[in-house]
Amino acid sequence: MEIAGQQELVMDSSETQLNLEAVREKLAGKTGKEFWRSLEEVAETQEFQAWVEDEFPHRASISEVDRRSFLKYMGASLALAGLSGCRGMFLPQKKIVPYVNQPEELVPGKPLFYATVMSLGGYATGLLVEQATGRPIKIEGNPEHPASLGATDAIMQGALLDFYDPDRSQDILEEGRFGTWDSFLAAARARLAAGGAIRLLTGTIGSPVLAAQIEAFLRQFPSAKWVQYEPGAREGALEGARQAFGRPLNPVYHFREADVVVSLDCDFLGDLPGKLRYARDFADGRRLEGNDRTMNRLYAFESTPGLAGGVADHRWPVRPSEVPAIAQGLWARINAGGDLAEGAGQVPAAVLNSIAKDLMAHRGRSLVLPGEGQPAELHALAHAINAALGSIGTSVTYTQPVEISPEPQAPALRELAGELHAGKVEALIILGGNPAYDAPGDLKFAEAIKKAAFSVHLSLFGDETSALCTWHLPETHFLEAWGDGRAYDGTLSIQQPLIEPLYPTAHSALELLSALRNKPKGGYDLVREHHRAASTFSGDFEKAWRKALHDGFVPGAGAVVAVTPTVTRWAAPAASGEFEVVFKLDPSVHDGRFANNGWMQELPRPWTKLTWDNAALVSPGSAEKLGVQTGQMLEIEQGGAKIVTPVWVLPGQPDGVVTLTLGFGREKCGIIGQEVGHNVYPLRKSDQPWLLTDASVKKGSGQYKFASTQIHHDLGGKDVVRVGTLEEMRANPNFQPAHAHHGGHGDLPSLYPKEIFPEGDLPQWGMTVDMNACIGCNACVTACQAENNTPVVGKSQVARGREMHWIRIDRYYQTDKKSDDPLANPQPVFQPVMCVHCESAPCEPVCPVAATVHSHEGLNQMIYNRCIGTRYCSNNCPYKVRRFNFLDYPHLQKQFTGGERPKLLKLLNNPDVSVRSRGVMEKCTYCVQRINEARIEAKKERRPIRDGEVVTACQQVCPTRAITFGNIADKDSKVAHLRHDPRGYLLLEELNVRPRTTHLAKVRNPNPEIQA
Amino acid sequence: MAIPQIDPSLIEGKQNYGTIDEMIASVVTDQKRHKRIWFIVFGLAFLLMNCLIVAVTWLLYRGIGIWGNNVPVGWGLDIVNFVWWIGIGHAGTLISAILLLLRQPWRNSINRFAEAMTIFAVMCAGLYPLLHTGRPWLAYWMFPYTNILGLWPQFRSPLIWDVFAVSTYFTVSLLFWYIGLVPDLATIRDRTRNKFARTICGAASLGWRGAGRHWHRYEQAYMLLAGLSTPLVLSVHSIVSFDFAVSIVPGWNVTLFPPYFVAGAVFAGFAMVLNLLIPVRAMYGLKELITMKHIDWMAKIMLATGLIVFYGYICEVFYAWYSATNVELTLLMWRFTGPYMWFYWSLILCNGIIPQLMWWPKLRKNLVVIWIVAFFVNIGMWLERFVIIPVSLTKNYLPASDRLYMPTFWDWMMFAGTIGMFMVLLFLFIRFLPSINIFEVKDLLYKMGGPRTKPAHHEEGQA
Amino acid sequence: MAQIFKPSANSIARASLVGFALLPVVVGLGAAKLSRSPMNTDVGVAKNQPVAFSHQHHVFELGIDCRYCHTSVEKSAFAGIPPTETCMSCHSQIWTNSPLLEPVRQSYEEQIPLEWNRINDIPAFVNFNHSIHIDRGIQCNTCHGAMQDMHMTEKGRAFQMAWCLDCHRNPERFIYVDEKNPDLSPRQQVFNLYWKYQADEKLTPRELQLIRGKEQFTNNPHEIMEGEQLVKDYGVKRPELADCSICHY
Repeated sequence: MEIAGQQELVMDSSETQLNLEAVREKLAGKTGKEFWRSLEEVAETQEFQAWVEDEFPHRASISEVDRRSFLKYMGASLALAGLSGCRGMFLPQKKIVPYVNQPEELVPGKPLFYATVMSLGGYATGLLVEQATGRPIKIEGNPEHPASLGATDAIMQGALLDFYDPDRSQDILEEGRFGTWDSFLAAARARLAAGGAIRLLTGTIGSPVLAAQIEAFLRQFPSAKWVQYEPGAREGALEGARQAFGRPLNPVYHFREADVVVSLDCDFLGDLPGKLRYARDFADGRRLEGNDRTMNRLYAFESTPGLAGGVADHRWPVRPSEVPAIAQGLWARINAGGDLAEGAGQVPAAVLNSIAKDLMAHRGRSLVLPGEGQPAELHALAHAINAALGSIGTSVTYTQPVEISPEPQAPALRELAGELHAGKVEALIILGGNPAYDAPGDLKFAEAIKKAAFSVHLSLFGDETSALCTWHLPETHFLEAWGDGRAYDGTLSIQQPLIEPLYPTAHSALELLSALRNKPKGGYDLVREHHRAASTFSGDFEKAWRKALHDGFVPGAGAVVAVTPTVTRWAAPAASGEFEVVFKLDPSVHDGRFANNGWMQELPRPWTKLTWDNAALVSPGSAEKLGVQTGQMLEIEQGGAKIVTPVWVLPGQPDGVVTLTLGFGREKCGIIGQEVGHNVYPLRKSDQPWLLTDASVKKGSGQYKFASTQIHHDLGGKDVVRVGTLEEMRANPNFQPAHAHHGGHGDLPSLYPKEIFPEGDLPQWGMTVDMNACIGCNACVTACQAENNTPVVGKSQVARGREMHWIRIDRYYQTDKKSDDPLANPQPVFQPVMCVHCESAPCEPVCPVAATVHSHEGLNQMIYNRCIGTRYCSNNCPYKVRRFNFLDYPHLQKQFTGGERPKLLKLLNNPDVSVRSRGVMEKCTYCVQRINEARIEAKKERRPIRDGEVVTACQQVCPTRAITFGNIADKDSKVAHLRHDPRGYLLLEELNVRPRTTHLAKVRNPNPEIQA
Repeated sequence: MAIPQIDPSLIEGKQNYGTIDEMIASVVTDQKRHKRIWFIVFGLAFLLMNCLIVAVTWLLYRGIGIWGNNVPVGWGLDIVNFVWWIGIGHAGTLISAILLLLRQPWRNSINRFAEAMTIFAVMCAGLYPLLHTGRPWLAYWMFPYTNILGLWPQFRSPLIWDVFAVSTYFTVSLLFWYIGLVPDLATIRDRTRNKFARTICGAASLGWRGAGRHWHRYEQAYMLLAGLSTPLVLSVHSIVSFDFAVSIVPGWNVTLFPPYFVAGAVFAGFAMVLNLLIPVRAMYGLKELITMKHIDWMAKIMLATGLIVFYGYICEVFYAWYSATNVELTLLMWRFTGPYMWFYWSLILCNGIIPQLMWWPKLRKNLVVIWIVAFFVNIGMWLERFVIIPVSLTKNYLPASDRLYMPTFWDWMMFAGTIGMFMVLLFLFIRFLPSINIFEVKDLLYKMGGPRTKPAHHEEGQA
Repeated sequence: MAQIFKPSANSIARASLVGFALLPVVVGLGAAKLSRSPMNTDVGVAKNQPVAFSHQHHVFELGIDCRYCHTSVEKSAFAGIPPTETCMSCHSQIWTNSPLLEPVRQSYEEQIPLEWNRINDIPAFVNFNHSIHIDRGIQCNTCHGAMQDMHMTEKGRAFQMAWCLDCHRNPERFIYVDEKNPDLSPRQQVFNLYWKYQADEKLTPRELQLIRGKEQFTNNPHEIMEGEQLVKDYGVKRPELADCSICHY
């Protein structure tokens, strides 16, 4: 982490921007073609060409290009058609370009790390971003930041690709013609001065400094009104708190303090803002390393299979409308005592009783979680139950809401839509967001926007909304803009840019507002001055400020508010229609804002393993009732709105519930996300955003082809995934499957020593994957992709079985023998599988050119540049973890973009990992580039590599610390201990290939009283 | 040394050395003997060969992603076709070398043709190992030579064994074939009236004058090469089978593979010889030299090897059951009942059931039946390779990595292309080289007691 | 009928047989030679540069330490190319209006970097780290040739894999210590050699070899024995040194 060089970062590099600005001035109001051509001229410089034409990202030429000119090229890069590189005997003369003034803190070839935050839905998470000679190349979690503890989720990893996305908006547009910042300001200021109804539409705002700007704006323009709309707004939670405590509050859960957890349709590992921290604490409560034999217990009632349900000890698929009854049942049992007579919906009374007992048995260390999609009343009730259980103050505390304005958003938005339709709005200023696409269908917001006399849209991409607005302004990505935000627990965090804006036309919301207020300021000054004025820091501001920048946050969570809930009597609505329709944010593309992100689109969704699509999830039972199968169409209709979307039959989905994921079917978005999946927003209602109880669902006509990475719902896999209960574990610690040919470690008769360590005191690398900790969240998959320059291959290729992820998370189902329908409620087991680096690897002897051989540190090395691509190694790999470049994926992405993508993406590549060419095999390397870096540093310091010094990308990002890596030859290392943990087993041990990766069996802790 | 008694029906009709020369050589010397049918077949074959050119060009431009291969199915039609062609390439050397060493006089009138077939088949086969690699332009790394990388190939890999096995096989077969051609080329040289042909054949026949010394050297060389190539017949397909037998892939690591593959190869080889000889023999009125006897015996060999192959199938099933390992049994059921079951059952039909017709002497005299049976055998052998190679790969140790395999348009295009190339070469051979060994037939005639005045006895088999 | 061939045909036939046999050999040798020739490797080919910079002048005549310009050579994988300001640190004082230095001044004023023609280059799939080689006492000249004598900079070695492996397989033949000042760390010795050469000190045969741009390679059994010892002392992990993933990943 480098604090020096802040100045360098905030320094205005006007002289380079001038070039582009000049071009833009000249071209203001002209048509596209011309613009590109003259941009090309800007880019007509040799080293840029050389670098663009190179088939490999030429490290030297990237890292040595002066950062500023380098930015200039990137500005122009969109204009360049793809030129395929020719390597070989006669290379073109390469240039080498030093700095003019080299930044002091910069050692050429060494990365720097900067702390910043990413905000999503108003909640900030601390990040640590790696910067190689001026460009961000990898996002990691900030280990000190309470919301991250060093972890990120898949979306945060993907943010890097968003930043370099060539489809990002780069031009100020007025009615689709090129405009300039000045011409915009002139127009806008005039309009604002004229007064009339001015409306400011933003997403949920959690940033104090932005809020201050908005306030100032509203003060300066009295006729202005601020409206918030966030597709994933947490109305239920805030309103629930208001009902329970008389004011909106932000519940913060402490899973370390919770022994029994009941999720009332709450996917706290997937949906809640604090999910990363929650995942870590929850997993810590289940760790069984060594002789620890205690773990927490999770009961999950789910209306849609989620991450929490996947790890739950007991899981019940329930209709969302049944959840209130369940909650009330628990409430009654806990409050009044005395066993319940009848259950709730499909949940028998006995179950509720024993759950309640279990909760009460752990007073103060139990937790009931209300679901995001559930009504406010349920949240209130949950608070009440927690209070009754004495959990408030221990396992759950309350802080002031993170949202600056915690008011319900729907009414305001509805009002705004009304005003717009009535043509009452003079000026509509939309900061971020994409209401034209993601506003609830009943508001007809797209038409509404058109009615505004004057409209501005500031956004990262030219999207559905931009197209309808008078002005479109490119927004800066968070990696290139100043700002701040609050974490799930209220911790204030500073957002600091890693790089000058790629496109000088881009501005942050902060800058825009200050400019509109005629007080234009840079983001840096705005943030700094705000916190100086707000006296955020005690003591010497300068020191505190620099520390805050260095750490990325200001220590100290939001003040805890002592509260006692008042319980309101509430008659829960009875389940109505035959089908209930549930809306969910997509775990990868969220509300659609990441739809143009190839990493996100290609990420197999946890339960379905579905890529490049959303689907209507229905249970096998309902599918039968509807007479549909996976891939057939479903017609869903409610209140005049109707959508047709393909079905995915998902075991574990509750009967009578259709789940639709938001964020797909984008119409205006880059070449990646265009028309991917189906848009379900039209069906969404502003007054019931998460649930439709009275929708009509019937089979439609037509077939649809999905691309999933697992072809069938494997109910087997018993011999590859070891799962058991805590009791079983006490009896049989390593869960030997009955039919296994032999016992635990190295029991095979063998002439070889148990572990093959070559001579010399070399470290022997090994890994453990704790399936008990893994929640299947996919963060590792994307982290690996980002670290190792793994290409995106596109839907058609995934459908062919050619996805390139080095680490995959296999999903197996465990079914209860007793239950009549094995698919009704199977328990999933997530098993991360990457190259296990067999000590006697079957892939090695079959390679005709020795492109894959063993290193003396026990790595199964894959040498891309030696590989001729016979694919024999992959055939002979029992784990099928090898990936083959069937086509020139990094460059030729036609097969899914419908056009050569600009080479800007090259900047995304990790300079420490070579990009593989067509026809080459690749696979997990245990992040050998990180190993080598550590080895060299250690050697220079004349010391051995320390335990924990080498951290693989998947290990670093994992929210639950399921992955451990290190030297297994060192008996004191953490990995060595875990490798010999009783739960440890080698995948496919019977093949005697001696994997270096050990999987730790999954343990469930069911309530003995309940027959699952 | 004289062979005890040679079945007189190996040469039919009223023959003397002159008629034999005439019958065979005139196919080459007198171009008028080629009817329209030659041009039609050749034309079609040529079109197919152009498919190959297109397919390969596109392949080199885009990469093997144009095929249906994926992970886990790294090898699909590419290797299936490779093994199939190599198999077909076996009859030639077997007939020429082994039957020669075994002193089987009936080989004399079919060996030339079979050898030619071998060479062309191996050429087709050779394309695949080269082009199936991701970066064919680096395939030379598979050869051991001192290089600026300071690296050697990985000699433990069966693919390296393949490189040597196949290239050796090709070289020796080519030499064997050419040596055999020398005296006949001389005959053509002397008989043709076309200056150009005479010059070419003259050069190619290396100044053959039929001197005693020439014959002496010839016999020695021929015998030596026969001795050399005999082990090759067995080794090549054994080594090809190692590609699979050596691996740990369920359905591949079967110790039975070497003999099973060789038998299959001979099976397919003879089937292909029959498929081609029967029409050619009719086209060029060679019925009296390639008699029903030949065909009968070839049919018998086909039957015998067919039974061996079928035994192989039974063993595979037995092993799967006997191993009692989950994955082997799963794979077995997968083959029987999975999405590829039709491939498996039609394979059993083609290779197991249909050849049994050859038990009946009557049917062995019916050219149409024989031809159809042989044709099914060729299909069956292709299916066998399909069932072994890609289908085994679709099932895995980790159920989660199962994926299906479906060949694409380009897979088929390439296959059709190689068939075209094969036919083109073969028809050029028929037209421009003596497709039956002239002097060996004469030699045979001599051993049978010299020129005949009256036609050989029995007329049966002319049906 | 007339003879087709003249008697000479026989000899032609024989000759061509020999020719066929020799053809592959000739082609092979030709290719081998070509791939190792400067035409392919650029070794010893000086290239035109925007500024006529002379290592001979700066290193040998003026005795400027390598690290003055190549600042990160001890810290990072990349040795570092001096930014314009480094040139100006002196040339703002001396030769302030030499026409030769016009491009440098221009670059400094206009803040536009100098664009040098690359001399030493390796493909992206090779990961070379300067710092560790320096740290183990591998001389600049071992790979770059007689830098201190180059008026125009040129490539010293072909950087072909077999050549890298010479040292990575037998480090003991390359690693050596300066007997006169053994107290110097191997890293310091790397640069000390230039000082000694410039100060015209007496150099050992091996150092001469080096300074003349030859590898610090030895066949002398005694030196090899010393080398073995040094390999131990420096903690060079011999077995893993030739592992593929030491350079390729």
